[in-house]
Amino acid sequence: MSLPFDPADLGEGTVLPVVYAPAPVLGVPGEAVDPTDPAVVRLAADLFATMRVSPGCVGLAAPQVGAGLRLFVVDVTGHPKASTVHGAYALANAEILEASRWRPGREGCMSVPDLTGDVKRAGRIVVSGELPGSGRKITITTDAFEARALQHEIDHCAGRLFLDRVSGAHAVYQRKVYL
Amino acid sequence: MTELAVTVIGPDRPGIVADVAEALAALGANLTDSTMTRLRGHFTMTLICAGELRVEQVEAALAPLGLPFAVRDVGADEPVRQAGETYLVSVHGADRLGIVAAVTRELAGAGANITDLSTRLTGPLYVLLAEVELPAADAATLAERLAVVAAELDVGITFRPTQADLL
Repeated sequence: MSLPFDPADLGEGTVLPVVYAPAPVLGVPGEAVDPTDPAVVRLAADLFATMRVSPGCVGLAAPQVGAGLRLFVVDVTGHPKASTVHGAYALANAEILEASRWRPGREGCMSVPDLTGDVKRAGRIVVSGELPGSGRKITITTDAFEARALQHEIDHCAGRLFLDRVSGAHAVYQRKVYL
Repeated sequence: MTELAVTVIGPDRPGIVADVAEALAALGANLTDSTMTRLRGHFTMTLICAGELRVEQVEAALAPLGLPFAVRDVGADEPVRQAGETYLVSVHGADRLGIVAAVTRELAGAGANITDLSTRLTGPLYVLLAEVELPAADAATLAERLAVVAAELDVGITFRPTQADLL
């Protein structure tokens, strides 16, 4: 499935430094953006550039590069846990309209590099949002891993981390051991 | 039947659980509830074991292992009372002195009973996760109090009911 969107249309992006928890910007709800604003389009291009150079990264939200805005990019193409895939796209002011088929899963985050956590996410969602550049309003229906990635990024835009949603007192795991 | 509480903490290495569990099994001590985990570089075991046992017997069995330990008779098991609904408190923010103290004091003040709690420090990030039992009627008040504590500590706190799926 493809969207009326081509990341190349955003122009060349710059790789930005990723911010890590406990950076305050990660805990504050982002502001709505104008998807046709050239600065927003440029930021979307920068998010793509930053995601592309980050191994294993399937999504990146504006707060993760220090911008408290409701904008993110995702691309779960080729991921083994993905079912429905809409390719690489950016979304502004995204909202979850419907969520169902809740399932547990383990997720990590570039902004919380040392931990992973068990988080229940909807396995099927309907999301609305606007495409940077054209400003076109779209609705995406997706499932499985793309649905999880979207929920994770939409959470970032609301100032939430997966740590706010983990399922229990022992549902956070250390990725590396420092001895 | 005696119930003994045993704690063991030592530098992490393969075989600690096997050594302790074997020593207890040889005495006929049946392991009931336990948590065993690695905290930084230390492996820690906290467990209850039951059997026809004396504290001295268990101490004598564990001493040769060369690990710091403690054994205590905790009497017979009391039925655990469930004090209301179960909630999960997530706290994360910049590490600073007193996060656990401030959050748990607020929980205690609200009558919330902590049933499970873990903390992790990774770099500058401190994470606290606590499962608590609380009468549902008190939840809204506690949520408000925790928001105040979060602002004071400059950390993020979420407080929500845990979702148990009964199958």
